[in-house]
Amino acid sequence: MKKMELKDSHYTIKKGSILHARHLTDEEKIFEISLPGGGSLDHEPGQFVQVSLFGVGEAPISVCSSPTKRESFEICVRAVGKFTRALQKLEAGDEVGIRGPFGHGFPVTILEGNDILMVAGGLGIVPLRSLINYVIDNRRDFGRVEILLGCRTPSNMLFGEEVEYWQERIDVEFNCTVDSVGSELWRGNIGLITTLIPGVNLNPSRTFAVVVGPPVMYKFVISEMLKKQIPERQILVSLERHMKCGLGKCGHCQIGQYYCCKDGPVFRYDQIKNLKGAI
Amino acid sequence: MKHLILKKERFNQFISLLTRKHKVIAPVAKGHDNYAFQQVSSGEEIALKYIPTILPPKKYFMPQYETILEYDTMWGQNMKAVVEYEKMVLFGVHTCDLAGIQVLNIVFSERPKDFNYLARKNKIILIGLECNEYCDEYASCGLMNNTLPSGGFDLFFTDIEECFYVRVNTHEGDRIVEQINVFEEAVGRHYMKLRELRAKKREIFKNEVGIEYHQIPELFDKSVDSPVWEELGKRCLSCGNCTNVCPTCYCFNILDEINLDMKTGKRTRMWDSCQNESFALVAGGENFREERSQRQRHRYYRKFKYNVDRYARFFCTGCGRCSRTCMAGIDLKETLKQLVEENVAK
Repeated sequence: MKKMELKDSHYTIKKGSILHARHLTDEEKIFEISLPGGGSLDHEPGQFVQVSLFGVGEAPISVCSSPTKRESFEICVRAVGKFTRALQKLEAGDEVGIRGPFGHGFPVTILEGNDILMVAGGLGIVPLRSLINYVIDNRRDFGRVEILLGCRTPSNMLFGEEVEYWQERIDVEFNCTVDSVGSELWRGNIGLITTLIPGVNLNPSRTFAVVVGPPVMYKFVISEMLKKQIPERQILVSLERHMKCGLGKCGHCQIGQYYCCKDGPVFRYDQIKNLKGAI
Repeated sequence: MKHLILKKERFNQFISLLTRKHKVIAPVAKGHDNYAFQQVSSGEEIALKYIPTILPPKKYFMPQYETILEYDTMWGQNMKAVVEYEKMVLFGVHTCDLAGIQVLNIVFSERPKDFNYLARKNKIILIGLECNEYCDEYASCGLMNNTLPSGGFDLFFTDIEECFYVRVNTHEGDRIVEQINVFEEAVGRHYMKLRELRAKKREIFKNEVGIEYHQIPELFDKSVDSPVWEELGKRCLSCGNCTNVCPTCYCFNILDEINLDMKTGKRTRMWDSCQNESFALVAGGENFREERSQRQRHRYYRKFKYNVDRYARFFCTGCGRCSRTCMAGIDLKETLKQLVEENVAK
């Protein structure tokens, strides 16, 4: 068996330098990363990168910052598996490997000129934040903008300062709900995210709805959106699947004829509604 | 197109001369009607009449285990992409397995291209060998239209009793017959023999299932909720044999391996199976194909539906390996027949 170096392999990683790292909650940590020579990642909102650490492996992680911020990008991870636990140990000054960006993100040029309803449940706010901040940075190009956010308890809420900023803006309608309240002070809604949708006041035919959340959430939220007469073609979802290559080959992320890593992770509802196991 | 013959008494000489210049891989009998592709040094070792080998020739195009990146902590988070390859001549590949290689070629040349696969592919010379008779009751190459050669080889051998009829298909194939001077020009008599053989084959190789080739995707459109999948799920042991032996299954896993010095290591990829329980499991705990019935259905849909929509090609070659190897007796032909019957009953 002979071996040679491959110059054009899609498995080659770029060296990413961690500029800042901080815990958002006990479970989630955010990392700001720059690429060699300050090069831009050049991603679309909703795309992901493969983050790698020697000897530990590689995992697909959503980019949670808007591409309007060009000199660096951010990822936010919850420690749930071997890789994310190892990643959370890193601090500013450490290095990670980066491949990507991969996949089809949110179709921002198609969204322009329309009303946007963005719905995030739990960790869904992480990938959706890239779109929310993109829309806010280009606010004039969009119609009405409404954000609905749901999380388990007030102390699980991510991006607290940014959420306050979204609330303050006069050009963003923001609503939030929690499943339950512990000892925290909370004046907002209590209940599932689906309870917020009937109150949404948008013109359905010119509204694009974007939903990101845990697998169990999609069916219920989409059913509420369909009740509001939002067309199926204008409901966008971002789906999570097990991924290894990010290149549409390894087979783990397959949903019907689609590879979630390459054809997704963002899909139109009408594309996937009849596929077994998609939603 | 060049057409030659090789006299049977010169076959061993051909292989011996071929092995002087090339690593030659060919089917070898392993006992109990099992065969395997492995390196040979003489013609006597080769099983010219064989049923599909335990593993298909995909093992040379897409090794069970390969290194894709190497790293050294001296370089920081940086890795060197590598490809492992070997020049070889694969002799005696049946038409079903040639079809399997064509399928893998499509998958790995689709953008983004897999340069590890493509680098290896171009180092392998393919010599096909025609099946004159049916291998066994598990094959469905008649249904899948893979009984006759349709490209994907450099040379193609057909046993026409008195000699081998040899079709030269590429420049690389021509270089072999030019270098190894044991071939003769084919004449009209040989061509007539080949035509007779093919006519006889059309009588033997019949559609095994009772559904037309072009109707298969439609059958699968209607079979998503068939009780057949539940029934398969009850019998399946999730061992992954069916996908390992499949000439068109290409799913893989990627894992890091650290050397004992704790400083260097490699990123490797190895065959994986959609039949394994954790195949579609995400870190958060959600498993998108938790049930064996879902995983079996997924396997069948990848062969007959999903990839047909994506690549306009069936991913089943009809080789019968999955049925031959299944410990639970899950038989692809039987499954198709059950789906057809159900569909008629509707």
